Amino acid sequence: MTNKASKGSLFPYVIWIALFVIAPILLVVYYSLLDLNGHFTLANYVNFFSPAYLTMTLTSFWYAFLITFFTLLVSYPTAYLLTKTKHKHLWLVFIIVPSWINLLLKTYAFIGIFGLYGPINAIAEVFGLEPTQILFTDFSFIFVSVYIFIPFMIIPIFNALDKLNPTLVYAARDLGANRFTTFRRVVFPLTIEGVKSGIQVTFIPALSLFMITRLIAGNQVITLGTAIEQQFLVAQNWGMGSTIAVFLILFMVLIMVFTGNRRKRGRV
Amino acid sequence: MKKLTPGAKIYLAIIFIILYAPIFYLIFYSFNSGGTMNSFESFSLEHYQAVFEDSRLLVILINTVIIALLSALIATMIGTLGAIGIVSIKNKKMRNTLLSFNNVLIVSPDVVIGASFLILFTMVGVKLGFTSVLVSHIAFSIPIVVLMVLPKLLEMNASLIDAAQDLGATRRDVLTRVILPYIKPGIFAGFFMAITYSLDDFAVTFFVTGNGFSTLSVEIYSMARTGITLTVNAISGIVFIATVLIVIGYYFVTNRTRASHKEVQQ
Repeated sequence: MTNKASKGSLFPYVIWIALFVIAPILLVVYYSLLDLNGHFTLANYVNFFSPAYLTMTLTSFWYAFLITFFTLLVSYPTAYLLTKTKHKHLWLVFIIVPSWINLLLKTYAFIGIFGLYGPINAIAEVFGLEPTQILFTDFSFIFVSVYIFIPFMIIPIFNALDKLNPTLVYAARDLGANRFTTFRRVVFPLTIEGVKSGIQVTFIPALSLFMITRLIAGNQVITLGTAIEQQFLVAQNWGMGSTIAVFLILFMVLIMVFTGNRRKRGRV
Repeated sequence: MKKLTPGAKIYLAIIFIILYAPIFYLIFYSFNSGGTMNSFESFSLEHYQAVFEDSRLLVILINTVIIALLSALIATMIGTLGAIGIVSIKNKKMRNTLLSFNNVLIVSPDVVIGASFLILFTMVGVKLGFTSVLVSHIAFSIPIVVLMVLPKLLEMNASLIDAAQDLGATRRDVLTRVILPYIKPGIFAGFFMAITYSLDDFAVTFFVTGNGFSTLSVEIYSMARTGITLTVNAISGIVFIATVLIVIGYYFVTNRTRASHKEVQQ
């Protein structure tokens, strides 16, 4: 029957899961238990709980938090106002298009924009400010990251707002709620799922950024991602790199659990 | 519908300007005859000429496109078959397990995917280069194809398949003449997403590419680390045009399938 044929069609897919989903995770766990000479050891885990790595993890979380916070702060009003425009889906496409431009190119643009002789400093000079190095600062790192993540945060929030039944807002207003109360008690709670998925697609990648830290923050900021890259490709210490990766996976699972939506059960 | 207040319009305008300014900034200076992104000297196409005269860069551009098309094609085939298989599973627990596995690579950070694939390829003994990059791109594109095809399959009426079988269609006929035409828009969307995933990927490729092989992202990274080269600006101009063309092409294709869909329904 068709059932058999369909089962057969699963074959390459299941092999893909075994080879590229399960095996890599097991290999990372396995390598995290090896030292540089390939002997079993827990030293990497002990190392991870040393002050140096703990500070790095905390700063990485702090940066990811700041990036997510500012991305949300910019994106929510944008998504909200976009749903009020006349051709909202067309405007949404214009928000999405920049996210399709290669990430590296956008980052590279900021090397010029924030440079010592770049346009930002040129504008600052008009106002009588001395040109300063904006590149390689925390500000530039967070700004560029927020810039990269804005479209990814706007899309889920826009979809949540778009699905919101406007009569609920009218009802709240009719019942005497002012604009702010309506937003706080009706609109925001009903679009929280969009915000959660926006946070998911921002926070986890923000923890693991390494290209932006290298190009924009000039090695000043070390995130978990930078540390993994460093251990794997520079220090060639795959054991330690895998240990950090194991923790990154754990953090990811935790974030997914915290921001996971429970609505899925409702689907028939 | 209420009109937007001027303040709201200004806010949206600022967001759009910030989103597009860096891209147009890059393209603007790609026409600069000078060598910097600060002062525009005079209009020139020399940086574009440099791209097309640099055979190494051209090879990298071609590699990037080949990897994107090939990986998207293979990922679309495996992903579509996988989605059809998932839908056919009656056991709910089994189905959800597969779907959870499907999502692992979508939510995993690129760095972790890259690092774990590097370990995998090294253990299996695959030489880092074209093969490892292609296989990685196929691997991380499959789940997105499944996610694009699945909704189409779920909305499909099962009695269509029953009807086809009652009318004497073989399994093969059911697949090629009933299921595949119905889910075609989902397959196109999956293929398109797979291409953009592949073109946009930097982190995974950076881990699994060897010395001799490079894609555009990795190349731009190494060029950007050495400072500003207006060749990169010229590349961004080309990439921007290509992206816009792909998007227009995608809308053209999906609209056409949607239109033909409507004709059939009428």
